[in-house]
Amino acid sequence: MDAFLASPIGILAITVAQTLALLVPVLLAVAYLTLAERKVLAAMQLRRGPNVVGPFGLLQPFADAIKMLMKETIIPSGANRFLFVLAPILLFMLAMIAWAVIPVQDGWAIADINVGILYLFAVSSLGVYGVIIAGWASNSKYAFLGALRSAAQMVSYEVSIGFVIVTVLLCVGSLNLSDIVRAQERVWFFIPLFPMFIIFFISALAETNRAPFDLPEGESELVAGFFVEYSSMSFALFFLGEYANMILMSALTTILFLGGWHPPMHMEPFTWIPGFVWFALKIALLLFVFIWVRATFPRYRYDQLMRLGWKVFLPFSLVWLILTAAVLKLAGWLPA
Amino acid sequence: MIAALAFYFFAAILIASAVMVVSSRNPVHSVLFLILAFFNAAALFLIAGAEFLAMILVIVYVGAVAVLFLFVVMMLDIDFARLREGFQRYAPVGAVVGAILFLELLLVLGSWTFADQSAELRLSPNPGGDVTNAMAIGRILYTDYVYLFQASGLILLVAMIGAIVLTHRKSTASRRQNIGAQVSRSGSVLLEKVPSGAGIGTLGIRRPPVAEVEKPAVTHDAGHGGHH
Repeated sequence: MDAFLASPIGILAITVAQTLALLVPVLLAVAYLTLAERKVLAAMQLRRGPNVVGPFGLLQPFADAIKMLMKETIIPSGANRFLFVLAPILLFMLAMIAWAVIPVQDGWAIADINVGILYLFAVSSLGVYGVIIAGWASNSKYAFLGALRSAAQMVSYEVSIGFVIVTVLLCVGSLNLSDIVRAQERVWFFIPLFPMFIIFFISALAETNRAPFDLPEGESELVAGFFVEYSSMSFALFFLGEYANMILMSALTTILFLGGWHPPMHMEPFTWIPGFVWFALKIALLLFVFIWVRATFPRYRYDQLMRLGWKVFLPFSLVWLILTAAVLKLAGWLPA
Repeated sequence: MIAALAFYFFAAILIASAVMVVSSRNPVHSVLFLILAFFNAAALFLIAGAEFLAMILVIVYVGAVAVLFLFVVMMLDIDFARLREGFQRYAPVGAVVGAILFLELLLVLGSWTFADQSAELRLSPNPGGDVTNAMAIGRILYTDYVYLFQASGLILLVAMIGAIVLTHRKSTASRRQNIGAQVSRSGSVLLEKVPSGAGIGTLGIRRPPVAEVEKPAVTHDAGHGGHH
C-alpha cells in the first residue's frame, strides 16, 4: 500500500481525493451562500426570504441550479463564440484553483508551496480577465462598459491589497500561507494591524465586485453589466464564480488577519473544536459582513470609487507599511 | 522524464502562441495569445525551480500589464485594412532592416563566451542550503546591489512623472466634488433613531433643518424633502 501511495499514480490518486474533499464542501458552501444571502437580506429588510422549497427553503439552491440547467443557452449572433463561452469557464476555474494552497488546518493544504500568498495574489489578479473577456466578446455596449469599469476597478484595488499583504509578510517573514497562520498563534494580526484589516476587507469587496462596489454589474444603469448577454449555465457560472470568490477572499482575510485555524484562546473549551471548524466559522462571519454591507450601503459613484482606491487607500497603506517596517526594525522584532 | 516532457510541452505552446501574437488578425486575440505566452513562460520558470519569478511574472505581466494592453486595444478603434495598405511598398525596407538586425545578432552570438560555471548554474536558481529563491533574489537585489536597485527605481519614477506631465491637462470646465467640505458641512444631514420593524413612516416625513448658505438655492418641492 505504501509503495502504491509513493508511486506517481498513487500521488495522483491522493491529490484527486484531497481536491474532491476540499472542492465538494466549497461548492456546497457556494450553493448555500446564495441561500444565506437571500435569507439574511430578507431578515434585514423585514421579509421572510425563500421558504417554500424544502424545510426553511433549504432546497432552494438545488431548485435554482436545476432551473438554470433547463434554460436555453443563448449566444448572441454578433458575439465572439469562443471567447464568449470561455469567459465564464475561466472565471469559475480561477475561483476553484485558488483553493489548492489554502491551509484549512495545520498541514491540510493540498499544495503547501513556498510562495502561496503570491499564488493567491496572482490568481485573484487574473479574475479581471473573465469579466473583461465576457464584456468584449458579448459585443454589446452595456456589457462592454461594465467590463471597462471592472478592469479599472480591480486593477486599482489590487495595488492597495498588495501593500496590505506586504505589511503582513513583514511581520511573518515568509510567503508560505501555513507560516503566516502559525505566526499568529499568540496574537491575531487584526489587532496590531487593525487599519490594514479594514482596508483589506473593503478592497476585497471591490475585488469581488460586491456592493457597494458592484459598478461592473450596476443594474440601474448598465442593465446587468458584463453578463447582460449571458443565460442559462454560462450565467450560472458567473454567479457561482462571484460567490466562490467571496468565500475565497474571506478565507484569505482569515489567513492573513484572523489567525486561520487557531482558536481564539489556546485553552480548554476552545481547543475541543478542531481547527478547520474554527477556519470555517471565521469565513462564515466574514461572509455575513459581506451580506450585511450589501444590505446597508448604497452603491458608490464611479469617480468616488476611484478616489477611494487611489487617493485614500493607496497613500494610507503605503504610510502604514513604512510605519510597520520602522517599528519592527527599531524594536528588533523583524523575523529572521 | 516527466519534467522533460513538461518542458517541451510548455515550450512548444510558448513558441506557438508567440507566433500567433504577431500573426493573428484581431488585435484582441493577439493580446490573449500574449497572455498565454506569459503563462507558459511562468510554467518554464516553475520547472526550473524559480517559483518566485514565475509568480511575479504572472502578477506583473498578466495581472497588470496585459490588462492595460487589453484595455487599450479594446478601446482603440483601429482600422486594420488601412494599416495593411502599404504592405507591398514597405516590405523591402522592412526586410533590409530585419536582415541587418539578424546579422548583428549573429555577430554578437559569434563572439559570445560562456562563464566557467554556467552549465551547473543554469538550472539551479537556489544558492543551496535551505534558502528559498525569494530570499536569494532579495539578497542580491536589496543587499548586494541596493544602490543600483534604487537608481533604477528613480529612473522609472522620472519616466512616470514625465508621462504624467506630458499628458496632464488642467481642465477648467469640470466641476470637482470637494469631499472634505461636503462632509464637514453641518446641518444638512439629520440622524434619526428609528424603532426596529416600524420604519421611518411612524415618524412622519421630516425635512432637514435649513442648510448653510454655501448650498446652492434650489427650490424644493414639498414631496422630496426626505432623509439623505
